[in-house]
Amino acid sequence: MARPWESAPGVPFYRDPKYRGIALQIGVCAALAYLAYIAIQIAADNLARSHVASGFGFWNVTAGFDISQTLIDYSPQSSTYGRAFWVGLLNTLVVAAVGIVLATILGFAIGVARLSRNYLVERLATCYVESIRNVPLLLQLLFWYNAVLNALPGFAASFVLPGGVLLNNRGLFLPRPLFGDGAQIFAVLAGAVLLAVIFNRIMRRRKGFWGAIGIRAAFTLAIAVALPVIVLSVTGTRIAFDYPQVSRFNVRGGLEVLPEFVALLLGLVVYTAAFIAEVVRAGLMSVSRGQTEAALALGLTRLQTLRLIVIPQAMRVIIPPLTSQYLNLTKNSSLAVAIGYPDLVQVFAGTVANQTNQPVEVIVITMLVYLSFSLSTSLVMNIYNARYALVER
Amino acid sequence: MAGTSPAATKWDAKEFSPRYGQDFRAGANRVKIRRFKMRQIAQALCAAAVAFAAAGSVDAATLDTVKQRGVLNCGANGTLPGFGLPDSQGNWTGLDVDFCRAVAAAIFNDAAKVKFIPTTASNRFAALQTGDIDVLARNTTWTLSRDAQGLNATGVNYYDGQGFIVRKALKVNSALGLNDAAICVQQGTTTELNLADYFRANRMRLKTVTFATLDEALKAYETNRCDAFTTDASGLYGSRLKLAKADDHVVLPEIISKEPLGPFVRQGDDQWFDIVKWVHFAMLNAEELNVNQKNVEEQMKSQNPEIKRLLGTEGNFGEQLGLTKDWVYRIVKLVGNYGEVFDRNVGQGSPLKIARGLNALWTKGGIQYAPPIR
Repeated sequence: MARPWESAPGVPFYRDPKYRGIALQIGVCAALAYLAYIAIQIAADNLARSHVASGFGFWNVTAGFDISQTLIDYSPQSSTYGRAFWVGLLNTLVVAAVGIVLATILGFAIGVARLSRNYLVERLATCYVESIRNVPLLLQLLFWYNAVLNALPGFAASFVLPGGVLLNNRGLFLPRPLFGDGAQIFAVLAGAVLLAVIFNRIMRRRKGFWGAIGIRAAFTLAIAVALPVIVLSVTGTRIAFDYPQVSRFNVRGGLEVLPEFVALLLGLVVYTAAFIAEVVRAGLMSVSRGQTEAALALGLTRLQTLRLIVIPQAMRVIIPPLTSQYLNLTKNSSLAVAIGYPDLVQVFAGTVANQTNQPVEVIVITMLVYLSFSLSTSLVMNIYNARYALVER
Repeated sequence: MAGTSPAATKWDAKEFSPRYGQDFRAGANRVKIRRFKMRQIAQALCAAAVAFAAAGSVDAATLDTVKQRGVLNCGANGTLPGFGLPDSQGNWTGLDVDFCRAVAAAIFNDAAKVKFIPTTASNRFAALQTGDIDVLARNTTWTLSRDAQGLNATGVNYYDGQGFIVRKALKVNSALGLNDAAICVQQGTTTELNLADYFRANRMRLKTVTFATLDEALKAYETNRCDAFTTDASGLYGSRLKLAKADDHVVLPEIISKEPLGPFVRQGDDQWFDIVKWVHFAMLNAEELNVNQKNVEEQMKSQNPEIKRLLGTEGNFGEQLGLTKDWVYRIVKLVGNYGEVFDRNVGQGSPLKIARGLNALWTKGGIQYAPPIR
């Protein structure tokens, strides 16, 4: 009897398809590795010949340029190019994270609206999707940026909103909470949220009074919000605020939301939501009409039908393309450079690459960052998908 | 496979036999054919690798490459009035543009043999280093790090400095009054660094808003996103003309940095470096000796030894550079001397009306000074 690793009798190993297959794969891998090696070698030679510095020594050199939005401490005189990298990275992450959440909400709403039986709602949603996804994102960003800048009043005529909030074409300025004893407040808040979640979990299985979703939600919210307020006022902890102050040219202090950030966020959310809406529509339509009819026949309400029957099945179809849309949004955030938002590409692949004159290293790092963003988003979504996927028996 | 060798045809039927590999003679033959193919593939791979290697390297003799190509690839600005800007017909004008034309005139005796390639502040050096362009004439500041990192500044065709433009309504008359101001700036420039330095040195607070291109930064300033817009003073005059209401804006008197702007070449080709450097010096010497586009024919008959050396009626100075004896005659005839080029593009003959200032010849109170041709 032939054993799997042995060729048929009388056949030399080099004529055995199995060994040939293996040899071919090794050959292709070796050729690819060799090509990559040659490419790197040539690049290194050319860089050396044209006396371009190489290596990552620039990482610890003082940057010397200013960045308009910094989520971590950064100053031109003392911070390094490495620090500038982290500033840009965080700026990209924050716009991508907020954008993904908002685009998902808007996209689901539009997607459901496209299937609405109300003619007007359905038409409006269709118009939205067709017009938004057929205009290049860059143009939309420029549109939003100019719309934001032109719609808002100049600095001297700022809108003053309740609670010390200022709004003008330099940005939205919010009072920034100053925590006297930050750790304490955070502990109370976190505790309350945890309690609310546990409460919700326990009550979910109850019937009768506690079984009504409205009652449960109200109590959960009360625990999450009212509890910390009561505890903090009883213990006498106060939250002080750093209010934005009007100075000669600008607004000082407070929490600043740049118009560039808002424009980029609007552009990304509106654009990506159009694609998500189509994904959602496809998902919902993939659940056969018979299922809805059966659910209604069993006496489930329309909402229950949607929540318990349609959405869980639709999610299987929705998640993989939704993942692509999240990845697209993250990568599209690099268009920020056109409207002056200091994201990773603008700060690092733009200014740092140019000031250090080491574009090869800088671009490689930037590509690796986007690659790891995308791979980790994919990973999370794949885990989610695995949980939602149809279990076949 | 059939037809590769006559022997193979004979066994063709067996090629389709499911008991593939049973017939030793056929198999041996196939192996031979395959080996032959492998050798071909290996040769092809080697050839590709060599071609790839050749394509990847930058040729050392730039002058020969340019002559062979028949056209000079010039990295220009594309958006800056007075320095590099194509008009609606696609005709390029500007001080830097004319510099490239002068180089082309010296090489080809034809100032039109230039291909202008618009570059951005961010991609200009990469374009030069990869050989996409032969010379970078794009209002680029000469700094130590640029010289050290694979580039060579060939001289200074415009002495500039960084300034600010603000709205008149702001009632600011000095850059020192800009504490706390939001300032729009183009990224990837020395401007960005000077700005941070200046505010740091004067203990002022700054809010920078950075854009990829000069036009985007200017547009943001115009929509009131920033209080001031900063770039090299020469660029400020040009940018001011692009604003809808130029009279509502004023250039502040402070010049906060030294910006010697000049053409760049890549390191490693001394002959090319010399040619580009001396084209600028030739244009300066021509102005100093009063050789201009109008009188250059007469000046060819001049008995002044300096003019004779300049125009090549005596000596072989152009040939020493790898050009022809009459290289300066070509430059002046086809493009003009430095003064003419300056006036036409940024000076009194242009909408910018920038005074010569530091860019006057050393004999006229400026610092433009060229070594002698001898």
